[in-house]
This record gives sequence, C-alpha cells and structure tokens, in this order.
Amino acid sequence: MNSEAPVTQPRILEVRTQILKKNDELARAMRAEFRAKGVYVINVVSSPGAGKTELLTRVLRELRARGLRVAAVVGDLATENDADRLGASGAPARQIVTGTVCHLEADMVARSLEGLALDGWALGDLDVLFIENVGNLVCPASFDLGEECRWLLFPCTEGEDKPLKYPTLINTVDVVVLSKMDIAQAVGFARTTALENIASMRPGASVFETSAKTGAGVDALVDDLVRRRDAFRGASIASARA
Amino acid sequence: MHETSIASFLVEQASAAAEANGIRRVTKVTIRVGELSGVVQEALRFAWDIVTEATPCAGAALVIEDVPVTVRCPKEGTIKRLASPPRFRCPDCGEPTPELVTGRELELKSLEWDE
Ligand SMILES: Nc1nc2c(ncn2[C@@H]2O[C@H](COP(=O)(O)OP(=O)(O)O)[C@@H](O)[C@H]2O)c(=O)[nH]1
Ligand SMILES: [Mg+2]
Ligand SMILES: [Zn+2]
Repeated sequence: MNSEAPVTQPRILEVRTQILKKNDELARAMRAEFRAKGVYVINVVSSPGAGKTELLTRVLRELRARGLRVAAVVGDLATENDADRLGASGAPARQIVTGTVCHLEADMVARSLEGLALDGWALGDLDVLFIENVGNLVCPASFDLGEECRWLLFPCTEGEDKPLKYPTLINTVDVVVLSKMDIAQAVGFARTTALENIASMRPGASVFETSAKTGAGVDALVDDLVRRRDAFRGASIASARA
Repeated sequence: MHETSIASFLVEQASAAAEANGIRRVTKVTIRVGELSGVVQEALRFAWDIVTEATPCAGAALVIEDVPVTVRCPKEGTIKRLASPPRFRCPDCGEPTPELVTGRELELKSLEWDE
C-alpha cells in the first residue's frame, strides 16, 4: 500500500462517564438535601402486586402512632388508587403516574416532592419518607432516587427461588421483606430455602416476615426502621457539627 | 423495558460530548455494561436505533463491552470472578461476598468519527 494514499483515520474521543450521570447527579443532590433536613428516605421495590401499598399503609400508621412525621410518594404506570390507599393511613401521599416508564427516576420524585411542598408538607417537617417504586424486579435497580435505604418485598406466593432470578435488584437492597406470610402455609412456601437463597444473593441483608392482613411481623420491621433512622439522624447531626 | 430510558440518557450524553468537541457525525459509540447492570443488550440496541434519529449519533454503531461480576473475598482479600448468574459466595472458599468490585457498570467509554 502506498503510504501517501489518502486514508480516513477514525478519531477516538475517550469520554468515560456514567450513562445515568444526569440521574445520579440529581439523586446525589436530593440525598444531600434529605440528610441536611434529617429526612430518612426508603425506596420500596418489588414485583407488581407483592403487597407494597398494603404493607406501607400499615407501616405509615404504626410510625404515626409512634409520633413520627411520615409521608409517601408512589409510582404506578396508571391510576391514583395507591396514593388514596396510602393516604388512608392519615399520612400525606402523592401519586406519580409514569405512563409507559416501568421504574421511577430521580426527577419524577423531585417533581412529586415539589407537589407535596405545595400541599403544605415541606421536607423539613418530615422524619420518614417512603418512595413506593413501580412494580418491577429489574428496572428500578439502576435508578438512584436519593434514598438512604432500599426495601425489597418478596411475597411467599411467588416461590422461594424468586431471589435467585433477579440478582441485579436484590444485590442493591438493604432489607428483604417476605410478605403475605399469612398464606405461606396454604401455598406451601419453603421458608428455609427462601432464607438461604436471599443470603446467597445478598449476604448481610436484614430479612423480615410480615403479613399486612394480620399485622404479624410489622412491629419488628418498624423497630428496625426506627433504629436505622435514629442512626441516620445521629450521623447527620454529627456531620453538621463537624 | 428501562433500556429505552438508558438509551435516551446515553444518546443525550454522547451527543453533548460530540457537540462539545466539534464532532458532527459520530460513527461508533462504545459503552461498558456490567453483567449485573440489568440491561438486556438486544433491547438496548433496538432502542438505540430509534433514539439516535436526528442526532449526531444517527447511524452510529453501538459497541457493548461486557464487564464481568467480580467480588472481594473477605477471607482471602483477593478479587474473584463470579459465574453467571452469580451467587454471592467466594467460588474458592465459599465465604459470603457482600462487596461487589465490578459488574454494575453502565459507562459511556468513547466516541469515534471519521475526519
Ligand atoms: N393474604 C395477603 N394478601 C395481601 C397482603 N398484602 C397485600 N395483599 C394483597 O395483594 C394484592 C396486591 O397488594 P398491593 O399492596 O396493591 O401490592 P403492590 O402492587 O405491591 O402495591 C392485594 O389484593 C392485597 O390485598 C398480605 O399480607 N396478605
Ligand atoms: Mg402499590
Ligand atoms: Zn475465598
């Protein structure tokens, strides 16, 4: 080949940035604001129908009974039903209708919180905020919402090997809740196997077993939440002083 | 199908990088995708062709580099590669491995263009 022949050289630009940088940056700013205002934020994920709304309604009630100021925002593809159900606990609740988007993104939560503020609920007036994500065991994994803690619900009705099938999401969570345990026996739920599977996919996660129908196990879950929130509050105060 | 969202974030970022560097037509976009990122590559490619329309990335090839799942074994202190689908235990000694080293990447690596 003649070295003088004109050749088009492909040029390369190294970029090396996170694809979800825009979401990550907003989530980081939101987390900083939550920390500064002392609001403990929990992102709740699961498959559709796993019992998130039912459980959160009970948890909100229990937290209010313990004197904590709580609120919730909830994402669904369609309808405002879940915000109404959560609101029955007496806590302020806002719906995020995502349309075709199968997960929540940080900007959707930010907009919803602006709405909450317009309703008279400033972030600084809250102790705990729940974000009920869209029911989906894959997509929410990648989108940071600025939360401090992630809960994953696995209903006993979906079988004990479900944790093995969704490594991406389960490996991001802090707490796993086995939900609908009132019907565990009826559906032949293999509890020990489920616990082993969770431990193999997310070593160190805290596991709770609840029934939102009977209320069994809800106290232990709320105790854990309050402990985490107290530790968070202690750390926020320490860093504000430092 | 969050691949549509991810493709939109990607094209926005790649196009901004192209414009900032005076690149009018990108021919190739290389990304790094962890095995634990939850991305279905077929779905991402499908979405890519749609979201790049009328952008500097229109017609650009999407090259996906896989990043394996690796963890640190707390007992041995060394980095181990996990099988796929992963179980979060050291493949050699069986110790639980909560610490993920790689596998969650979703990174825009580089752009190419012809002069
Ligand atoms: N037996 C039983 N059913 C439940 C429980 N929690 C929720 N459900 C039912 O499961 C269905 C879905 O619950 P929902 O809270 O809407 O799930 P979400 O889609 O995760 O918010 C509803 O019919 C609930 O009544 C529970 O603890 N026990
Ligand atoms: Mg719901
Ligand atoms: Zn080992």
